[in-house]
Amino acid sequence: MNAVSAVAAPFDAERVRADFPILAQQVNGHPLVYLDSAASGQRPLAVLRAVERYETHHHSNVHRGVHTLSQAATEAFEGARERARRFLNARSTREIVFVRGATEGINLVAQSFARPRFGPGDEILITGLEHHANIVPWQMVCEQSGCTLKVAPIDRRGEVDIGRLLELLTARTRLVAVAHVSNALGTIVPVRRIIEAAHSSGALVLVDGAQAVPHSAVDVRELGCDFYAFSGHKLYGPTGIGVLYGREELLEEMPPWQGGGDMIRTVSFEKSTYNELPWKFEAGTPNISGAVGLAAAMDYLESLGLGAVAAHEQRLLALATAELERMPGIEIIGTAAHKAAVLSFTLHGCHPHDLGTILDSEGVAIRTGHHCAMPVMTFFDIPATARASFGCYNTEADVRALVAALGKAREVFG
Amino acid sequence: MDLKDLYRDVILDHNRKPRNFGALTGADGQADGHNPLCGDRLTVWVRLDGERVADIRFEGKGCAISTASASLMTEAVKGKDKAAIKALYEQVHTLLTHQDATADASLGKLAALAGVSEFPARVKCATLCWHTLNAALDRSADAVTTE
Repeated sequence: MNAVSAVAAPFDAERVRADFPILAQQVNGHPLVYLDSAASGQRPLAVLRAVERYETHHHSNVHRGVHTLSQAATEAFEGARERARRFLNARSTREIVFVRGATEGINLVAQSFARPRFGPGDEILITGLEHHANIVPWQMVCEQSGCTLKVAPIDRRGEVDIGRLLELLTARTRLVAVAHVSNALGTIVPVRRIIEAAHSSGALVLVDGAQAVPHSAVDVRELGCDFYAFSGHKLYGPTGIGVLYGREELLEEMPPWQGGGDMIRTVSFEKSTYNELPWKFEAGTPNISGAVGLAAAMDYLESLGLGAVAAHEQRLLALATAELERMPGIEIIGTAAHKAAVLSFTLHGCHPHDLGTILDSEGVAIRTGHHCAMPVMTFFDIPATARASFGCYNTEADVRALVAALGKAREVFG
Repeated sequence: MDLKDLYRDVILDHNRKPRNFGALTGADGQADGHNPLCGDRLTVWVRLDGERVADIRFEGKGCAISTASASLMTEAVKGKDKAAIKALYEQVHTLLTHQDATADASLGKLAALAGVSEFPARVKCATLCWHTLNAALDRSADAVTTE
């Protein structure tokens, strides 16, 4: 993943903006400036309409009935799976498991892959910039199985210390679980290098791609990762739907992690047999409309061009970084050489929580807090940061509104 | 929603120069408060004379609302007995959570917190110190949380 080198194609952000009806509103008397896409992206009309079309014309339960609607719903749901397979360039739809989001995908791997086969002496290696969703599931596995969690540290720029990571990667390491892009700092992690090193040391790799998929094309075969998890709502799709990619031979060996309808082949009180991939991991009625919306979001994003979107976001990031660097009292947290469109910062004398309230009163929505990455905050010895993140619909005017609102905060707390 | 109503001069002043700030030696009760969502942390110490709070100090890191609320609280409760403090807290809580509440003259400078009621996400910033004070009065060493 190298968003910086993406080709600078003409990109009409104003036209893109018009695709997102939620953005055309006033918040606290000001036009909404939405700079919180790293928490959740907004949905374009194409997604909203696809979900509406499904709900008004095709909805029924999947994989069950012989009636027309059930077949239409099944086709829509399995069509979305094929869409996700193409999005990631996976070999087969058997490798695409629909989950609630990246969090559930990671938990699935933790409980179904790691827990049954890891034990005392085995190690799971993560990094210092992980989101809680890529920390806590592994801590739970360690408690359950007796294996040990190791953490590769980050440096002051917010980059993973690759030298230390390679030292921590030993014959005991069974799995490396690493973010593709840091949600708190924006750091793009060199996952390909980590995957190569892990594989030559005999460890498998899970990539938490929640923050990466909106900003660059991801090819799981080119990356060579064993598992890749992401959420639909960060990709301009609905909430409550996400994808876990897993290499087929690994998923094949893993036991189901939830039991119920759809994941079985036969059930008797003595013994049940399980469905084949990927349905073995999808117990219960799935989020069908969510999958339909996610597929529409992938169509939409690819119609804009992931490279063009990334280049546009990089221009905004560079502009915002330059503007904030000029403002007295602002400290940018996370200065990695390669960053996705995330800008974390603090303002001297003004707690991020106060900053968030002041910016909101100007219509500017940013995230404030620990960003579900408390260890990152501890590393920088700060309680929280303010975080502006950019999506395909943001414009230079949004950056100017952010700068003006920060000026207002400096007035109040000057 | 008026920003000036939230960040009144009294609030900004107590945020910049918190009163009764720093550890209290010879305390009878102490408690730690933590708001994990925004990272606010504070410690409240009390020295009691029977039922009466003879001295109180606090220390911590937090947003302007949390720091100013704690500073104002220490000034307001010093010298009061536990029953009066409980009654005062109930008045403050009403002020923080009801937009139509009017500040009673007995609240004194605490009335500056009235603007918080327009910002529901910030109510817990202002109440953290009071929960922590209650824990300190119970002489509990357990950390309290508003989450």
